[in-house]
Amino acid sequence: MINVGLDIGSRTIKLVVFKDYEMIHQDVRKNSFDNKQITEELLAGIPYDHLTATGYGRHLFDNTPNCSIISEIKAFALGVHSVFPHCRTILDIGGQDTKAISLDARGRMKKFVMNDKCAAGTGRFLEIMANALNYSLSEFGEAAFQADRAEKINNMCTVFAESEVISLLSKGADRSEVARGIHESIVSRAFSQLQKIGLEDDIVFVGGVAFNPAVKKILQDVCRKKILTPDNPQIIGALGCVLYARSQEREN
Amino acid sequence: MSTDYHKMWAELGLDLKMHDALLNVLGEGYQQTFLTQKNRPEGMQYFDFVMSEVHGLRIKELRDAQAEGRVVVGSFCVFVPEELILAVDGISVGLCTGAEFGFDLAEKYLPRNTCSLIKSAFGFNLSKVCPYMESADMIVGENTCDGKKKSYEEFGKLVKNLYMMDLPQTKSASGKALLKAEYQRFQKALEELSGKKITVENLKKGIEIVNNKRKAIHRLAKLRAADPAPISGLDALLINQIYFYDNPVRFTESVNKTCDELEERISKKEGVFPPDAPRLLVSGCPMAVPNWKLPTIIEQSGAVIVGEESCVGERGTRNETVIEGNSVEELLDNIIERYFQIDCAIFTPNPDRKDHLIEMAEKYKADGVVHYSLQFCQPYDIESHNVEKELEEAEIPVLNLVTDYSAEDMGQLSTRVEAFIERIKE
Ligand code: SF4
Ligand code: SF4
Repeated sequence: MINVGLDIGSRTIKLVVFKDYEMIHQDVRKNSFDNKQITEELLAGIPYDHLTATGYGRHLFDNTPNCSIISEIKAFALGVHSVFPHCRTILDIGGQDTKAISLDARGRMKKFVMNDKCAAGTGRFLEIMANALNYSLSEFGEAAFQADRAEKINNMCTVFAESEVISLLSKGADRSEVARGIHESIVSRAFSQLQKIGLEDDIVFVGGVAFNPAVKKILQDVCRKKILTPDNPQIIGALGCVLYARSQEREN
Repeated sequence: MSTDYHKMWAELGLDLKMHDALLNVLGEGYQQTFLTQKNRPEGMQYFDFVMSEVHGLRIKELRDAQAEGRVVVGSFCVFVPEELILAVDGISVGLCTGAEFGFDLAEKYLPRNTCSLIKSAFGFNLSKVCPYMESADMIVGENTCDGKKKSYEEFGKLVKNLYMMDLPQTKSASGKALLKAEYQRFQKALEELSGKKITVENLKKGIEIVNNKRKAIHRLAKLRAADPAPISGLDALLINQIYFYDNPVRFTESVNKTCDELEERISKKEGVFPPDAPRLLVSGCPMAVPNWKLPTIIEQSGAVIVGEESCVGERGTRNETVIEGNSVEELLDNIIERYFQIDCAIFTPNPDRKDHLIEMAEKYKADGVVHYSLQFCQPYDIESHNVEKELEEAEIPVLNLVTDYSAEDMGQLSTRVEAFIERIKE
């Protein structure tokens, strides 16, 4: 039985392929305006029996044979619970969404919150700021991680924050301290979402931004709690898709 | 619309170009939201017709009535007692304020962070697209939330006939006395405007008409909650919205006729959703025409809405007015008794609202509640915190959403609604 999980996010598309209980393939691609084409490329030559899609492009698979659709929130709840069975709180920072999800002891979703319309405090925000500071994404996180102090960023709005950053630099601020400030602002946003659902251990941080060492470190400081991250935080949603398909099979 | 009403609209002073644009948006939205639904009750044809003539035939009816010397009173809040308006043989219309129209103009007067409902009232007025606003002989504003009461100060400069009604903020004896004084003042204002005295006889008639209208709506509320649901939540919401501006007697008949049909459907176990569809209540700020965004998302995600705890819904229509009394004052006291029970979030504290929600969830076998606040609406948004807490404690799952009239957040909203439905199914 070949089971495919597909997480069609705003910035990247994530794929995992399972043969029974073993992951035989995974892939992550940058998304474009044409997520249908990229999805097709990703799936080319994969003879799947069942596909489960999540992410903001999930409805691409509406009414498609052998396909099911679940929300990102459900996908993350399932995916994280399988890797960290004691997880009660999930923070997911992806390309354009930030979500906080609380789980009960059995891994069922209790409460969740999401950022609304605006991209402030998401992966996209980090990308734009890295660009403004002329860092690659990995240098950006590393620089912020190393910096001893932060330059405070006051604007939440991506556009204003970008000009704030530029004006800080022109006033001679240290680039890595500005980077640190940006990371702190992202964390403070995420923290306020976490507060809404309650910070119960274990706390697991997932999504593409969980690769960023500075966000994780600052988050631990702010929450005063240990934060766990899976080895590959980006494919947790896709993994959750496969788990969902499996649970449905069992029910039938 | 079959007849060309442009001449009438021009006479009313509407901006014909803007107005055509609005009708286009409305028509399209209506088509996509309502007419694409499958297996709708036949009775909905009447309401489709009313909607298609909402700026046409109904306005003509209002103008014909005015020509006979009757008055038209527009209002924004369910605290404005329709019984009194009917007693002077007037016509009561709810001003809808449910669309993102003319917001750029509205923002000349209002801060950006004003709720969509208030902005919409200004937007419609400033773009000259609402034939109801232009027809009304009196527009009643009320001191409810801060946003409304302060914005009426500006609104009063834009319309010639704004009447302000003060409203209590607590369910206390002095609050009730205030409501009484205000309803008495409103009675006088109506008598002056219409040239007709309110008598025991005509007030009883008014009470009877409104009671019958509410009875029909209560009947609908019960029937729609059958399993499987014989009518979609969207259609039931539409009927609740049309409640505010159709001829009340004709409306009552049409609702009852539709209810007869629903009873038949129920006996045949015929539904518009499968029997196992998740059942949700929507609670919070009023949803005026054409604000169908959230209900559409909910029902397209496969859940059926079995009730609205809202002013366009049960909060607004709950309870009848006792009709016994030998003087106008006695009858007025009965009216006050009924209206004073409305559990709007502008009251503090407002514990009845969550009790009603729990009661509704039980009565209609709802699996969960979607709490809906308009962005920048302090009363409902703040209250949502406690409502959510108390309901979750009663083991009723709650999804708390804040949104506005724009389509920008449709994607995020449907993710949340879908996840909530998944949570309920677990
Ligand atoms: S929510 Fe309150 S202010 Fe608004 S219509 Fe209802 S009763 Fe009036
Ligand atoms: S929705 Fe809220 S803020 Fe807007 S008018 Fe109603 S009570 Fe006031």
